[in-house]
Amino acid sequence: MGETVENILEIKNLHVHYVTEDSVVKAVNGVNLKLQKGDSLGIVGETGAGKTTTALSVIQLIPDPPGIIVDGEILFKGKNLIHNTEKENKQLRGNGISMIFQDSMTALNPIMRVGDQLTEAVMTHKKGSRAEAKRQVIELLETVGVKADRYSDYPHQFSGGMKQRVLITMALLCNPELLIADEPTTALDVTIQAQVLELMKQLREQYSMSMILISHDLGVVAQTCNRVAIMYAGEIVEIGTVEEVYTNPKHPYTIGLFESIPKLEEDQEMLYQIEGSMANPAALPTGCFFHPRCKYKMDICETTSPEMQGEVHLSKCHFQVRDEVKA
Amino acid sequence: MSSQNLLEIKHVKKLFSVPKGMLHAVDDVSFSLKQGETLGIVGESGCGKSTLGRVILRLHEPTAGKILFKGMDITTFSKEEMRQMRQHMQIIFQDPYASLNPRMTVSQIIEEPLTFFRIYKSDKERRAKVAELMELIGLPQSASNSYPHEFDGGRRQRIVIARALAINPSFIVCDEPVSALDVSVQAQILNLMVKLQKQLGLTYMFISHDLSVVKHISDHVGVMYLGQLIEKATKSTFFKRPLHPYSMALLSAIPSVNVLDKKDKIILKGEISSPINPQQGCRFAPRCSFAQGICLEKDPEWKEVEAEHFVACHRVEELAQGMIHYH
Repeated sequence: MGETVENILEIKNLHVHYVTEDSVVKAVNGVNLKLQKGDSLGIVGETGAGKTTTALSVIQLIPDPPGIIVDGEILFKGKNLIHNTEKENKQLRGNGISMIFQDSMTALNPIMRVGDQLTEAVMTHKKGSRAEAKRQVIELLETVGVKADRYSDYPHQFSGGMKQRVLITMALLCNPELLIADEPTTALDVTIQAQVLELMKQLREQYSMSMILISHDLGVVAQTCNRVAIMYAGEIVEIGTVEEVYTNPKHPYTIGLFESIPKLEEDQEMLYQIEGSMANPAALPTGCFFHPRCKYKMDICETTSPEMQGEVHLSKCHFQVRDEVKA
Repeated sequence: MSSQNLLEIKHVKKLFSVPKGMLHAVDDVSFSLKQGETLGIVGESGCGKSTLGRVILRLHEPTAGKILFKGMDITTFSKEEMRQMRQHMQIIFQDPYASLNPRMTVSQIIEEPLTFFRIYKSDKERRAKVAELMELIGLPQSASNSYPHEFDGGRRQRIVIARALAINPSFIVCDEPVSALDVSVQAQILNLMVKLQKQLGLTYMFISHDLSVVKHISDHVGVMYLGQLIEKATKSTFFKRPLHPYSMALLSAIPSVNVLDKKDKIILKGEISSPINPQQGCRFAPRCSFAQGICLEKDPEWKEVEAEHFVACHRVEELAQGMIHYH
């Protein structure tokens, strides 16, 4: 097939359900995506769109029960992770794939010194002495802007932005090839967010990592990623380069999402609003999941789920809405 | 024309005694607000914006200063007088999940303030008012016997708004009312708040960390840093020509969705310092690119630089004339 660029990650038709006594919550419904080496992909969507569940499946941390990967493949460098044993998974996490979690306040052990937590992570994954591990930790801490004398401090002595730097350090310690960052700056103030995003961008280039950045903030993704996927009700409804999707959104949901953000550059009396609320993943609508809220809805939308259309910039809609609007 | 001012606060301070010393949550803040207008207050976590909102309603007792509401100094009011006064001033909190009693139905929640202030003599009138309020905020009558947990965040925030409006207040402190909501729902709630303001002539003090939201809803914008108001101007002036170095950095740090706009960001060094026993001089000086000797020694004066544009900075003249600037 003569592939010139290697796909570091490929997700094929992923379905994840959370099964409880009285309902089946369909969190991810047929996600397909490819990530090339060096790519940074942003996944954008509102609460309950299935962003975090997709990420957790990649790193094989779906809480089971109640979570089940019902169908699909997750190929990391060509190997299907779903059939991995727990031992293989442990090898993979940290070394191959690392994840930064949303809540830096709870992701660290409160009664262990920060430096020790980091050193422990290195010792788990790499051979070598403790002293060597410690040296490595201190070096990386300095790279992300945490001074070496904070090695022996406890997490509560760190501010939110500093804790996030510690988590970034932890994720990068074993030189992962793929970094998944789940809302890494959501809990931070804007000026600190700007610092952390800048840092992540630098480090990604320095270590030539691929990255998936999950966020509900379209602005954060625009600043950090080169490709973007928009999720709604467990599906990717639109995917393409950031420039394409942001300047020429095709799916009605994406269009609505952009219109509904208050913009600094423009003055509007009223914001555009997408009517209704997020589809209930325990009782998804028929046909296109977005049809109950879509203002371009036709009969076919109620019955048939649309296919992904397009080649580089894809959208999951029966119609090329933009063109019709223009016409 | 101070007679038009609905609210005027003068040199308000709120200090909390903590084991390490005195925490200056609100430190000498003065401003006025006219009937029917919205003042947006922005700032990062810990800057005292929520405390200020609460002090104005005397939910916290101010340590010093005057709060004139409709020309009366409410800091001198007795408990009973204050209780009556609260009919005119209400607050909406950030978290609609925590601010509704889970064991009360929607109609009971909205009815409670009416019962408390004994506004209607008969049950019938009171119920009619509840129905009217539900109509006003866009909830169907069929929802009146439902409980808060049956609603999503956006609808819960609507219930909170209805409860605040029940007793026809003229002034509402909105403390991050849309921060917990997704963008599409955020747009619905912001539109509702704008509509209600016009319809009922409400005056808002809108507290938020999100500058684009504040820009959308406010007539005036105030920026807080470590307990102090450092800049206040009309919306258009503030967004066109911010003069305080911190305001400039704050505006620059917002991740823009405009992918074609590649302007350099102002990345602030360091983090917000502690509000406990703050040092002499400008609070922002340790992070400021333009700080000089005087900034560390003397508190900057709160001056009206141009009409309705107040700034507290020693070097504001130089900044205003473009003699010093970022990049």
